[in-house]
Amino acid sequence: MLDLFYAPFAEFEFMQRALVGVIAIALGGGPVGVFLMLRRMSLTGDAMAHAILPGAAVGYLLAGLSLPAMTVGGLFAGVIVAVAAGLVSRFTSLKEDASLAAFYLLSLALGVTIVSLRGSNVDLLHVLFGTVLALDDSTLLLLASISTATVLALAVLYRPLVLECVDPIFLRSVSRSGTPTHLIFLGLVVMNLVGGFHALGTLLAVGMMMLPAAASRFWTSDITTMMIVSIAVGIVSGFSGLLLSFHAELPAGPAIILSAGAIYVISLVLGREGGLLWLAWPGRHLEA
Amino acid sequence: MSAASTVIRFDEVTLGYGRRPAVHHLDGEIPAGSLMAVVGPNGAGKSTLLKGIVGTLKPLDGHIRLKGPASGIAYLPQAAEIDRSFPLSVYDLVAMGLWSRSGLFGGIARRDRTRIEEALAAVGLIGFERRPISTLSGGQMQRALFARLLLQDAPVILLDEPFTAIDAKTTADLLDLVRRWHDESRTVLAVLHDLDMVRRTFPQTLLIAREPVAWGETGEVLSPENLLKARRMVEAYDPHADVCHRSAA
Repeated sequence: MLDLFYAPFAEFEFMQRALVGVIAIALGGGPVGVFLMLRRMSLTGDAMAHAILPGAAVGYLLAGLSLPAMTVGGLFAGVIVAVAAGLVSRFTSLKEDASLAAFYLLSLALGVTIVSLRGSNVDLLHVLFGTVLALDDSTLLLLASISTATVLALAVLYRPLVLECVDPIFLRSVSRSGTPTHLIFLGLVVMNLVGGFHALGTLLAVGMMMLPAAASRFWTSDITTMMIVSIAVGIVSGFSGLLLSFHAELPAGPAIILSAGAIYVISLVLGREGGLLWLAWPGRHLEA
Repeated sequence: MSAASTVIRFDEVTLGYGRRPAVHHLDGEIPAGSLMAVVGPNGAGKSTLLKGIVGTLKPLDGHIRLKGPASGIAYLPQAAEIDRSFPLSVYDLVAMGLWSRSGLFGGIARRDRTRIEEALAAVGLIGFERRPISTLSGGQMQRALFARLLLQDAPVILLDEPFTAIDAKTTADLLDLVRRWHDESRTVLAVLHDLDMVRRTFPQTLLIAREPVAWGETGEVLSPENLLKARRMVEAYDPHADVCHRSAA
């Protein structure tokens, strides 16, 4: 019975690789997702995930399913859309959510068109939903590097990042680090999305960021704990999603995101910090 | 008022939004150690003036000269735009006041911890350290922000309507801190609406209604004539306003 939980990983190398890849994605994606959520940029993350697609597609058009070409293309497109959406909302009367929606619809349509110019439907599926069960050495190295860089960068930028969310005027009055911090943070988001893209595809990459982050909000009101919980949720989702896909013969990427979604729903209902159950039955009021 | 002891100098300063002035041709200086109230009707440019001093708003014309670095200014904006839902503890909010010494990622030494505790004690928030800021009342939040100002340890302190919507007890406690800063020879500028409080506590006053109306000893500045004059300066918005040709500095 117990071997249901570890036998697939002990037996098959592709399962081991998938698990390592998912853990790397969870390590970087969780904390980035927490900051995206606290900065009210959850939809920005979603839009940027789609924005990566045309860049990766151009890389694919030029070089086929090549890791460096698609990575560079994705990074490039992600940064362009992040900057463009920011500029449009700053200099026109269009709000950022509307300009992001416009950009991501455009990117998605453009990306799918570019991929279908050359490739088969299999390749299109690969780009949209990733290939977590076929991670090679160089992809794993890329994922590990991205999560390492992310954790280090967040450690350095922690104070200005927090302060820019809580009290931007105060940060501006004591330091000029606000704008560079924001830009580096956007860079981290794009990097993690490109990493997630290789494993989970453009449509689901953002799932390993936002679902663990949203779930963690229901368990703690302390930001450090929140990041740790989000990483744990990401790793557990990866692990259980891979098992689910192995035993039930489901596609792996969606199974992982479904697991994360299940944890989110459980947190939404049971979470000690504002979960539905506690809202419905808070218990009698206290003395003070 | 010798030039050497001037902390802030205004040279024909005009501050505003777009090309429209909110503070029009302000000229003068604030001596070190002043305890000065900034008074005027709504829309008179009081908050704009503080933003200009902090440097978040560039003058349309003229110059604001500071003695010492801009980092020597501690600024409490009006109804600070603080995201109260952010998962942060009172302790961490207050500790941010140490930014100028700890910077981006310097550690907080034991001596600093003592100072944080002293600041919390000074504003009466002992026991609130671990509370999330989302649970604070308006007055408690203002106490926490004053504790942060204490830690900033700045020679110049700017307060924008610090006692609006704050109860009498909290106001009295926080006003004691303002007096303490004055006793420590810090320069304090506060935007206020309570003229009785200004008369009681602030020796100097700037009465402003877009143009400076009067500036000097509080008793003389807050004369009935001056106050009437300030009230008459309407918040005019003339869509066909001409370009101002008064000479700049």
